[in-house]
Amino acid sequence: MTATPMMRARPAQRARSGWWRSPRRREDLLFAVLFLLPSLLLFGTFVYYALGFNVYLSFTSWNFIAPVKTWVGFDNYARLLTNARFWKVFTNTFYFALGTVTLSMLGGLVLALLLNRKVRGRAVFRTLIFSPYVTTTAAVALLWVWIFDPNYGLINWLLSWVGIAGPRWLTSTEWAMPAIILMSAWRTMGYSMVIFLAGLTAIPRDLYEAASIDGAGGWAALRYITIPLLSPTTFFLMVTSLIGALQEFDSVAVMTAGGPVDATKVFNYFIFEQAFVVFRAGYAAAVATSLFLVILVLTIVQLRLSRRWVHYQ
Amino acid sequence: MRAEQAADVFSLNDSSSLRRGRAIEEWSAFILLTLASAVVALPFLWMISTSLKPDVRAVYVFPPQWIPSPVTWENYLIAWRAAPFERYLVNSVFVATTVTLLQVLNGCLAAYVFARIVFPGRDLLFLLFLAVLMIPGQVTVVPIYIMMSQLGWLNSYWALIVPFAATAFGTFLLRQSFLSVPAELADAAIIDGANHPQILRHVMLPLSKPMLITFGLLSFNWRWNDYFWVLIMTSSDTMRTLPVGIVAMRAGEDGGSKWHILMAATVIVIFPILTLFVIAQRYFVEGIARTGLKG
Repeated sequence: MTATPMMRARPAQRARSGWWRSPRRREDLLFAVLFLLPSLLLFGTFVYYALGFNVYLSFTSWNFIAPVKTWVGFDNYARLLTNARFWKVFTNTFYFALGTVTLSMLGGLVLALLLNRKVRGRAVFRTLIFSPYVTTTAAVALLWVWIFDPNYGLINWLLSWVGIAGPRWLTSTEWAMPAIILMSAWRTMGYSMVIFLAGLTAIPRDLYEAASIDGAGGWAALRYITIPLLSPTTFFLMVTSLIGALQEFDSVAVMTAGGPVDATKVFNYFIFEQAFVVFRAGYAAAVATSLFLVILVLTIVQLRLSRRWVHYQ
Repeated sequence: MRAEQAADVFSLNDSSSLRRGRAIEEWSAFILLTLASAVVALPFLWMISTSLKPDVRAVYVFPPQWIPSPVTWENYLIAWRAAPFERYLVNSVFVATTVTLLQVLNGCLAAYVFARIVFPGRDLLFLLFLAVLMIPGQVTVVPIYIMMSQLGWLNSYWALIVPFAATAFGTFLLRQSFLSVPAELADAAIIDGANHPQILRHVMLPLSKPMLITFGLLSFNWRWNDYFWVLIMTSSDTMRTLPVGIVAMRAGEDGGSKWHILMAATVIVIFPILTLFVIAQRYFVEGIARTGLKG
């Protein structure tokens, strides 16, 4: 289950100089251009040009209507870095992302370990636990607004069983974020489980047999075989889930609209609000560029570290 | 995996304790999984229960009553009529289907080039495709909004379809699948005089069916569930899709506190995609697992 080196071309396939002289190769080139053209045009416009446009916008002040975009240099970035609200959004985003990813991965790992055996109804369990992941987040978020209703909701009813008077969840500055994290963990746990399961099935059975002959118990096998050999999966899942969670929008938009008092305002909601509610295109673009840099750093860390301290077999 | 098991290797006649150990382990796993599934399913059950309650008074009851009396199926009809759901549904189906078809088409074409054709600069182009995966959609949403407004495409299908017509993710997925097709098959076709479109159509595609289905399903699912993009690019009811429609409905007179109607609407929105998942769950789950393994 080692990662496939996607970017490495086979040496025999590498093109040499004077390559285009053969008619066969000219035909190859013709089809390559034809086949790639639609994708290249689309990516060129909606990814690369848009990215450059976004960076340009981030150095301007503009309200979407004024005839000219005023060049302001690094003003937007300076404002953003000294703005307490931006740092609140920054902290919120990581609070949400780390909370969701931790819960989702822990739950997913336990479920995967339970499912990684011949157990009755295995397929049914797997399907059921995975199902929230494919449902529409915006619609499901609506359901969770009702679940978190402080007086008549499901959660506070369950808590009343154990004698706890539940908080006011989505209208509480303290509990709104944990509520959204709980919902997101519920939604993504099945995904973590499926990825872990794929990693688990790749661990050779004979390792466990050898360990059991050596007298290792279940916990020792988990500690010294499963967890280390699962590390590429764990690492991959952690970084990709984190990158995904840093971009959350739907659940926050529907459940709290970033409130109460910015308590759940995450990056993406902040960008949306700055651009399409208060019409500060330049500032929104600067926030978006910052988010991009954060994600870029994470991606580079993943590419670098996954080669080093992750235990591939 | 217990001590008995180790002992068992040496005394082969005493395997009953091993079997008992395994049985206990299996049963406890079964019970724990049943509990976990119940916890995961509980929100859905709560949604269905609420959606069948007769009126607001039956909704706001503490402790809640799980079995509605009387069971009120009319809520679904009321919800359906409370907003232009036919239109939302048509928009959702049209946008998701069109984007899926375009992504499969463009994905196949690009994947074929990266898997089969060698030419100078290919690796650089591939890197450009790879980098697309690292650029989050929110970084391009403000510029694309401005571009769409200049093109006069805001609040139209164009804005919902064109920016998603190409796919980096699909290209990688399909390329992996094409690479696993034995090179001899394509080489034999070339000797027989086949050109690239013919090899793609008659050699690659038939042998990559599972991956095509998997990618098609994932692509459809993502577009179907999208809320962010549709929310920003559309402004009228006639262009809304189901997710944006149902959230807008909550702000209207039939939403708000009428949770029985709102939950019926939620069931309507979730039902199609959940049914598709259950029917094709093998492709979904295997596709997800496989993409997870490509690091």
